[in-house]
Amino acid sequence: MPEDGALPGHALAGAAGRPLGFYLHVPYCATRCGYCDFNTYTASELRGSGGALASRDNYADTVVAEIRLARKVLGDDPRPVETVFVGGGTPTLLPAADLSRMLAAIREEFGLAPGAEITTEANPESVDPRYLAELRAGGFNRVSFGMQSARQHVLKILDRTHTPGRPEACVAEARAAGFEHVNLDLIYGTPGETDDDWRASLDAALGAGPDHVSAYALIVEEGTQLARRIRRGEVPMTDDDVHADRYLLAEEALTAAGFRWYEVSNWATTEAARCRHNELYWTGADWWGAGPGAHSHVGGVRWWNAKHPGGYAQALTEGRSPGAGREVLAAEDRRVERILLELRLADGCPLDLLAPAGARAAARALADGLLERAPYEAGRAVLTLRGRLLADAVVRDLVD
Amino acid sequence: MPATPTNVPEPSRTDPALLRNFCIIAHIDHGKSTLADRMLQLTGVVDQRQMRAQYLDRMDIERERGITIKSQAVRLPWDPSEGEEGSGTTHILNMIDTPGHVDFTYEVSRSLAACEGCILLVDAAQGIEAQTLANLYLAMEHDLTIIPVLNKIDLPAAQPEKFAAELANLVGCDPEDVLKVSAKTGVGVPELLDKVVREVPAPVGVKDAPARAMIFDSVYDAYRGVVTYVKVVDGTLGKRERIRMMSTGAAHELLEIGTNSPEMKPADGLSVGEVGYLITGVKDVRQSKVGDTITQLNKGATEPLGGYKDPKPMVFSGLYPLDGSDYPELRDALDKLQLNDAALVYEPETSAALGFGFRVGFLGLLHLEVIRERLEREFGLELIATAPNVVYRVDMEDGTEHEVTNPSEFPTGKIDKVHEPVVRATILAPSEFIGAIMELCQTRRGNLLGMDYLSEDRVEIRYTLPLAEVVFDFFDQLKSKTRGYASLDYEPTGEQSADLVKVDILLHGDKVDAFSAICHKDKAYAYGVRLVAKLRELIPRQSFEVPIQAAIGSRVIARETVRAIRKDVLAKCYGGDISRKRKLLEKQKEGKKRMKMVGSVEVPQEAFIAVLSSDSDGDAKAKK
Repeated sequence: MPEDGALPGHALAGAAGRPLGFYLHVPYCATRCGYCDFNTYTASELRGSGGALASRDNYADTVVAEIRLARKVLGDDPRPVETVFVGGGTPTLLPAADLSRMLAAIREEFGLAPGAEITTEANPESVDPRYLAELRAGGFNRVSFGMQSARQHVLKILDRTHTPGRPEACVAEARAAGFEHVNLDLIYGTPGETDDDWRASLDAALGAGPDHVSAYALIVEEGTQLARRIRRGEVPMTDDDVHADRYLLAEEALTAAGFRWYEVSNWATTEAARCRHNELYWTGADWWGAGPGAHSHVGGVRWWNAKHPGGYAQALTEGRSPGAGREVLAAEDRRVERILLELRLADGCPLDLLAPAGARAAARALADGLLERAPYEAGRAVLTLRGRLLADAVVRDLVD
Repeated sequence: MPATPTNVPEPSRTDPALLRNFCIIAHIDHGKSTLADRMLQLTGVVDQRQMRAQYLDRMDIERERGITIKSQAVRLPWDPSEGEEGSGTTHILNMIDTPGHVDFTYEVSRSLAACEGCILLVDAAQGIEAQTLANLYLAMEHDLTIIPVLNKIDLPAAQPEKFAAELANLVGCDPEDVLKVSAKTGVGVPELLDKVVREVPAPVGVKDAPARAMIFDSVYDAYRGVVTYVKVVDGTLGKRERIRMMSTGAAHELLEIGTNSPEMKPADGLSVGEVGYLITGVKDVRQSKVGDTITQLNKGATEPLGGYKDPKPMVFSGLYPLDGSDYPELRDALDKLQLNDAALVYEPETSAALGFGFRVGFLGLLHLEVIRERLEREFGLELIATAPNVVYRVDMEDGTEHEVTNPSEFPTGKIDKVHEPVVRATILAPSEFIGAIMELCQTRRGNLLGMDYLSEDRVEIRYTLPLAEVVFDFFDQLKSKTRGYASLDYEPTGEQSADLVKVDILLHGDKVDAFSAICHKDKAYAYGVRLVAKLRELIPRQSFEVPIQAAIGSRVIARETVRAIRKDVLAKCYGGDISRKRKLLEKQKEGKKRMKMVGSVEVPQEAFIAVLSSDSDGDAKAKK
């Protein structure tokens, strides 16, 4: 990774034909949730490490510095930004003005495309109508709430501090503030959750009237508090078959409510309600990820920033790129990535991406009922419902 | 320490009356190699600076495992310090090192045939072990003079009185006649050498007859070709002579003849009673077989010496490279090992599950283990070895007969009789374990032949057992049931007909040849249930349900099911996850390469290894 963050010349070739997005990472949380392995820090975790630079008080300024660096690196790239997504961590731990200030820097340096999708994640307990109104006024038009569950005992295992009912209220507040698109994130398969708990969570979420739902199987990541608790036998590990059952319940409830899946873990009421920012990730578009540990991709070059807020801020203060490493994808890497990303989409991936062995595997997957027949005959591999649950296994065969 | 002898007689010009040919019979760890080291030092053939522990054990594996696989002969000059011979007459002691394990009984018997006496070396803290006892009986059959010796008398746990009585009882002497030595410190070793001179008879042969030399060992050396160790029984073999192998009639030129002291030292020849080596330039030990008789090509002897046998493999196992592309390396490695091992036989074999490999015949389990370890260590091969099996003879109702060395060759159709090899097993153990041993032998279809007390609290138990039962973890079981105190020896005694069936294992309806086994009808059900349960733990869930069945012919005797996997997808895949996910995919693809396809089922290598490894519980890992 060069100090100035310069990209190899070929990365910007043909850029005009690809949309450009921005991801802004906010690496702060009030408390650390037991299941979370994201790059985020609580105030006490940061105390004594990284000093003032790692503080969230001047965090927006640091990110703005990276946005200005991005402008330099991308040079005379004329593209306006199609999507901005602020994630974390807990973005809403920062004052709404800070989020708006970061967005303003993007607008200033790159310009926003007409109808650009501007999303922030929000924790239900950390926003109120005024905060949401400020965000809306700052230019945000989509908000994603971390609801996770409607059940207190499930939220407790997850260490989520909001009370049941609060996320649903948030949706109403966001609508009132003028947000066009609202997402609720749900987690299923938490230890102790029953099928009925999950149904109740789905019903509560749908009752609140979002236009987008993400439902994720709980992944117990190594090194988390939850992994330790499971290893010690304090909470039971959820069986994969239970995950499968819950997924089917989600598909059923969401479809009945008028939602359609467009990615393995994502459902939306209309095409317009889909998260366009996430679609950039899945379709090989360009995005700049700003913030500690954020990943970026431009024209087959991936890079990632220093993980710790202190080191990250230090680099920018000294006028260096905060990039910690990068990889330049070979043609075969890009082919494999396309298969593994696009196969997760409702649009699927084109069969002509496959090598002969992969094509034979696709024919077997079709025969096994893992791929839909009609799209297959039209030249695309699209997963069936059962196939979605076995997507990784199908990918392993198709990349051959 | 006595002075190094002077006026040492030269090979081919040594009066047979001054020769003493002897070997040492001892159990693993009872100190044979250390005793040999002391003798090398005392007789001055190896000077102090060159001395290294276990000088004669050449292969790493021999030194590590403390076992001697190949025997050697060393010519030691010794000037006795006492007795009627008195001082001043240098004798020639030929120490013939014998292999110490049951698998190599034939080689032991040839080594014994080259001797007139033997030292019975027993650990003073442990007493005699079954294999030593078996070799002692063998020595007695060869009419050798036995010199009983207790070693390690310096150990705190030594019980010289007790074990001297045991040895005296076995050999038929007074307990006082049992010599007590410490090979480690050298105490008693000069007295032992004196006793060898005094008690072991000199070899007797006909000096003017055509030469007859018995091959008691044959070793391949990368630089010199095959080195053949012989004892000249009659006549003289001179250097540059043309010789003939009497079993095959093949003629060879003698390139070199000599003795070992302990390195090879060329001589003018070898005469009556002498022991040494010869080199003819052959490249393969099968052209110079242990037990064969060598004579001159012209006017040679007409009658070979007795006792020659072709080595016959008793135990077979399939050896497959873990990585299929290593097949040519495995073939080359077996070719190389065979140069030095006339008992090693193999032929190519293909398994649907394991790919290309070899069906390899061994003398016994230790032979198998040693070969496998050498293939892995010296040739860097990673191998899967199928469960060892014995050779069955199957008579069909239509009168045809099949020899089955691989369970997958077991004939279908109307079988009249199945014959299996049986062995006579001798087990020595403290008497408190009699019950446990008998129980084990009964479950292994054994017939009690008899039992004798060696001493107050040690017994010798004799059983007839099917060899198949012995090769399947019998020794491990025996050790665990007797806290390691029992020792075992066995020798083939023929065959018996038995109610044997082939149990097949089917994965998703496809027979897995590598898992087929031949077992007794009464045990087939237990075997099937156990294997099927184990496989259920080892086979990962697939995208479809996989039935695992054990069957005799078309009759299913056990069944388990690996449920279809329903979920194999990561929930999240966003910007920062993509590189990680691609790398994970690459890793998973590597893992997939190590899977073997059985029909449509992916079976991990570990499943084969765990099921085929002979320990019955395996190290089955919980499936993910």
